[in-house]
Amino acid sequence: MIKLQHNRDQVSSTQDPQGDLLHFLREQCSDASVRFGCGSGHCGACTVLIDGQAQNACTTPVWSGEGKHIQTAKGLPQDEVGRLVLAAFVEEQAAQCAYCISGILVRITGLLKSQPAATEAQIKDSLSRHLCRCGAHARILRAVLLAQKNIQHVNTLP
Amino acid sequence: MSIPSPSLSTAPLAKDWLRLSPEGLFELRSGKVELGQGISAALTQIACNALGVKATQIIWLAGDTRYSPDEGFTAGSQSIEVGGQAWQRVGDIVRSHFALAAAERLCCEVSDLVLRSGAFLAPSGLQTTYHQLAHEDKVAWEDLRVDTENPVLLTIPTEQESVTRTDLWLKFTGDGFVHDLRLPDMWHARILRGPHPHSTAAEWPVAQLEKLKGVEQVLIQNNFVALVGRDEGALIKAHVQARQLTSWTIPKLPVQQAAHVLLPSMEKKSNIALHQVSQETQANAPCNDAHRLRRQYSRPYIAHASIGPSCALACPTQDGGIQVWSHSQGVFNLRDQIARALNLSKTQVQVMHEPGAGCYGHNGADDVAFDAAFIAHTWGLNVRVQWSREDELTVSPMGAASLVEIEASLNAEGCIQQWHAQVWSHAHVNRPGWGKGLQLLGAWSALPHEKPPEPLDMPLPTGGGLRNAAPAYDVGDLTLEHHFLESSPMRVSALRSLGAHANVFAIESLMDELSDASGQDPLAFRLKHLADPRARHVLQKVSEMSNWHSRGDAGTGIGYGMAYARYKNKAGYCALVAQVEVSERVKVLKVWACVDAGKVVHSDGLHNQIEGGILQAISWSLLESVQWNEQGISSHDWENYPILSFLDVPQLDIHLVDDPSTPSLGSGEVATGPCAGALGNAVAHALGVRARHLPLSPENLILAMDQSHEPIPS
Repeated sequence: MIKLQHNRDQVSSTQDPQGDLLHFLREQCSDASVRFGCGSGHCGACTVLIDGQAQNACTTPVWSGEGKHIQTAKGLPQDEVGRLVLAAFVEEQAAQCAYCISGILVRITGLLKSQPAATEAQIKDSLSRHLCRCGAHARILRAVLLAQKNIQHVNTLP
Repeated sequence: MSIPSPSLSTAPLAKDWLRLSPEGLFELRSGKVELGQGISAALTQIACNALGVKATQIIWLAGDTRYSPDEGFTAGSQSIEVGGQAWQRVGDIVRSHFALAAAERLCCEVSDLVLRSGAFLAPSGLQTTYHQLAHEDKVAWEDLRVDTENPVLLTIPTEQESVTRTDLWLKFTGDGFVHDLRLPDMWHARILRGPHPHSTAAEWPVAQLEKLKGVEQVLIQNNFVALVGRDEGALIKAHVQARQLTSWTIPKLPVQQAAHVLLPSMEKKSNIALHQVSQETQANAPCNDAHRLRRQYSRPYIAHASIGPSCALACPTQDGGIQVWSHSQGVFNLRDQIARALNLSKTQVQVMHEPGAGCYGHNGADDVAFDAAFIAHTWGLNVRVQWSREDELTVSPMGAASLVEIEASLNAEGCIQQWHAQVWSHAHVNRPGWGKGLQLLGAWSALPHEKPPEPLDMPLPTGGGLRNAAPAYDVGDLTLEHHFLESSPMRVSALRSLGAHANVFAIESLMDELSDASGQDPLAFRLKHLADPRARHVLQKVSEMSNWHSRGDAGTGIGYGMAYARYKNKAGYCALVAQVEVSERVKVLKVWACVDAGKVVHSDGLHNQIEGGILQAISWSLLESVQWNEQGISSHDWENYPILSFLDVPQLDIHLVDDPSTPSLGSGEVATGPCAGALGNAVAHALGVRARHLPLSPENLILAMDQSHEPIPS
């Protein structure tokens, strides 16, 4: 049995440990925010944080999550940085179809936690693991910069 | 005076568009669906402001064949022009009708009323609401005709509502897509398809398929083979193995060559689609042969490449029919086609729109809906079908390749005197409901008598392959010749802006070549041939924005290019300047755009469409080309079909003209053609050498440089 933390919940899997984390999260944990895009780790739609590191859930076997903390877009409203990232994306209306966004929100939350002062080049490099077909790139970037500003502001509050 | 929207003819009563809910809310109904283009916010805003209600009082119901008005496809930049105009008129008529009743009840004049949040307020301080009037005063409004030509419309002061999208939160964090719906006792299914939409197998390895882990049932009818299981993750792995186990028969495909070589070698049906003789030209002297150019431009086949593979759910209903959940752009046409394929009445098939990943025309959405419907109906299962990444990039319809050859000549004054364009391309529309047969991939394999219908292109003036082939400029004698290519090496159908991407690329490239050949400035040369003040304005504005006149000399490695078009020659106006840097490859540094879409309904939504159109067109024009070989379509994953990366996103500066006194013009697709044209011209300015064939990839640039030393036949 594999045990792991999914956002704030302790969960266990009795299914095939070789199965992918994407479907474990979607089906067993009822977490639709982890999206299937390609199944081969190229598009980033299924990005989750595993102990803070962004990973493609589609190519990650469930067994490798043993004892780890998996964060998804579904859990971002309860995360202090994730909440600000989400708010910035809503404020900038940073999406068209939005299918790619959940994964982007997760990666950016991870990035702004580990590198709150990430440069624009570092942000673009981080985003380059994600594909967006609608052409929402420019407003996604604006939203990330807004989130970064808001997070820095919160961090300077007494 | 005609009615403002054709949708009002098919849905002529107020109740077709609006219901007052018992909870005091307003249920707005629309046939135009949310595809990520933000139309739900724009239409809600129109309805709120017409009715004088708040967005929080709205329930939005779109694209449900049980309840919604049939407004055809959500396509062709028509949702504001058609769907928005319809809702504006419905709201105006309903408001006016209720205002009369409100004035009577409140014992005042209509002109004394004010509207706030669905309540009519009288100077006396008394008020009433739509709901009170409908229920207590029995105001009969539901059968009001909304298709009358000259209704009496009463204006009442109200607060203007500014609406933002309400669908994003769920799409960001939860189950916001059709992919996320679940049915009771639901099975997952994957359809076994080869590397080409018309590939098949002489023999299906059924015994081996049944043994695959994750496969609980193998359902077969003719050449329709579905793998069914409860565990989707396991089923996906089984599906990959199943494709490898199957020995595929691929139809004989033409050898892949550049579009400008391949397309003219295909069997064609040619006709003169347009011939206009200018009175002025005949009187003029013969043209200056030194300034006669004949040039060819092309684009390859381009994939929709939606980020989420197409998905649908279906379940049988008690009356022997089916319910289908789909991200189709045309639920009514899809319903009709499914009913026909399954020998059901239209009332037995219900299609409900649910959001999918972005599509930019006719992708796999309708096909996968048929896949689900067929399984649900034939085998009695509640089923969810999702395509694979490979399916999405191989068997779904692609945007057709085009070759455009233009011969044009200038007179002694440097004005264009003759323009003869030839376009070699396929049908740009093969949607369900277009043409005579079933346009559903699964139907062709499941039903023995069904095959792809004879392709038909959309005729002018809107045009498919010829969309925007007629230049916006005054060009003297104009001839458009269409070489219609029926067969294609892959499925082709509607992709954002249809033929306009290739045609505007060609026209705008040639405009620069003509201005260059005759020593004229590209902006001045364009303005010289444009009488429409709105066209002139967007060009002049974008020139100011980009500081066009200080762009510098050609051949420095940094280049500026300009382009203009009016989409479909009747919708939104777009002028664009691109700045590029060319070294080993083209990098776009900045794009300026000026768009005149008439009255702007939803500014952020329109900005989003223009930004998206530009970035998608950069991706198409620099990177994309569907690849194939004798084993089928080989650009079947993101490594073989790369699209724009965040690392290559330029700065964008977009200006919307916004003239509230002019009607709103469709503009979701205005940018694609001008963007391609501006990029081609910017690359030519940067290099001093012109690349005429898309994509503007390193290979095509090298080819252009090699060929620049050879004389061009003129």
